Amino acid sequence: MERRDFLKNSIMIVAGASVPLSALEFVDPKEVLAANLDIHWAFLLNTHKCVGCGFCVKACKTENDIPFNAKVTRTWVERYVYTKDDRRYIDSPDGALNGYTESRIDLGQGNFQEIDPNNVGKAFFVPKLCNHCETPPCTQVCPVGATYKTDDGVVLVDKEWCIGCGYCIMACPYGARFFHPTDHVADKCTFCYHRITKGLETACVNACPFGARKMLNIKDINDPNTQIILNERVGVLKDEFGTRPQAFYIGLAQEVR
Amino acid sequence: MKNHVWRPLFAVLALVVGILVFRLFYVPSDFGSGERGFMYSYHRLSNEEEWKAQPVKYSDTGKTNMHEFCGECHSDVVEIRTEDLHGTIACENCHGPAFDHPEDPETLVIDRGRDVCLRCHTDLPYTTSERKRIPGIDPKEHNVDDMCVDCHDPHNPRLEEM
Repeated sequence: MERRDFLKNSIMIVAGASVPLSALEFVDPKEVLAANLDIHWAFLLNTHKCVGCGFCVKACKTENDIPFNAKVTRTWVERYVYTKDDRRYIDSPDGALNGYTESRIDLGQGNFQEIDPNNVGKAFFVPKLCNHCETPPCTQVCPVGATYKTDDGVVLVDKEWCIGCGYCIMACPYGARFFHPTDHVADKCTFCYHRITKGLETACVNACPFGARKMLNIKDINDPNTQIILNERVGVLKDEFGTRPQAFYIGLAQEVR
Repeated sequence: MKNHVWRPLFAVLALVVGILVFRLFYVPSDFGSGERGFMYSYHRLSNEEEWKAQPVKYSDTGKTNMHEFCGECHSDVVEIRTEDLHGTIACENCHGPAFDHPEDPETLVIDRGRDVCLRCHTDLPYTTSERKRIPGIDPKEHNVDDMCVDCHDPHNPRLEEM
């Protein structure tokens, strides 16, 4: 063999071997993603759209058997009223189970604050629920392994295994957990795990007439709600705690914590 | 070594072994961690299936396929509703959760109270809120003793068609 042929063949073999067969096909990234669809549930709330009707709270309590007359709830709606003389009022009577049917502010313990309608500067409603944090403090403190984050991103409580010590209720910076008055264990929003795993919306998303609540798979970039999180300005609650919440808010005010 | 050293040591060892044996039988065998590791997801794996098995109460399909479940039989009502206005409200918000309707229960209990309407139609002086778009009344003055549905058709709430 001549030197020229040897070099020619060597270059051809090296070049051919370094191109894997799959590189010769045109690959649509969307197809690849769809084939390897991972699920990570997240939530999107639009405070501009919420009117404080409280249908979400009623639906949640019904779907998940949370007693109506107990002052506990898995999801709730807060009202924020800013007056023109720069006072801020926040309330959530019964977690807005029956909506907001009075303009006076519930200060708690039977005290109410009337606000002159001409003095109202701005007012809005904010729906809240468990943030299903990426690094949840509540699951870290559980001494018996009764609360945990699933692989698809939902924080759940094992009702059989929970001893009701209440550490997780204290650990949650968002007040999303409570002591179930009849089951006597810690309880919290499950993202309606029994519904979303069957392809249904959560009870609160289903009940919201205004589209203020949306459920989404944050790993599916074709999901229109994932697109909103990717492309628009959204915020999370108490970012400085490092909990990496998975409930995203459109139109978040700094007073909303 | 002296006896007074060995005896308490044996007692401690027996206690530790006792606890380990108790743990062996008491802790379910499917305890483990998912991909998020021990800190965030040490749990009884079968509990995930227990949560998934919880019965569904609200059977309508929600926003993506609005009123699909209810529309199978009640398509005449659903058609009126989906046009506009109250078409955005899920049927079960007023008619109650369907469960396995029409088998069980055969009829749903409809909430016809004023409270249902007042959730949105109480007049609140919030000009910056989405609430301002919705017509509101003062519940303490507007036909206090009557039900809203006596005059207003909740499926077609246009005032000119009252």
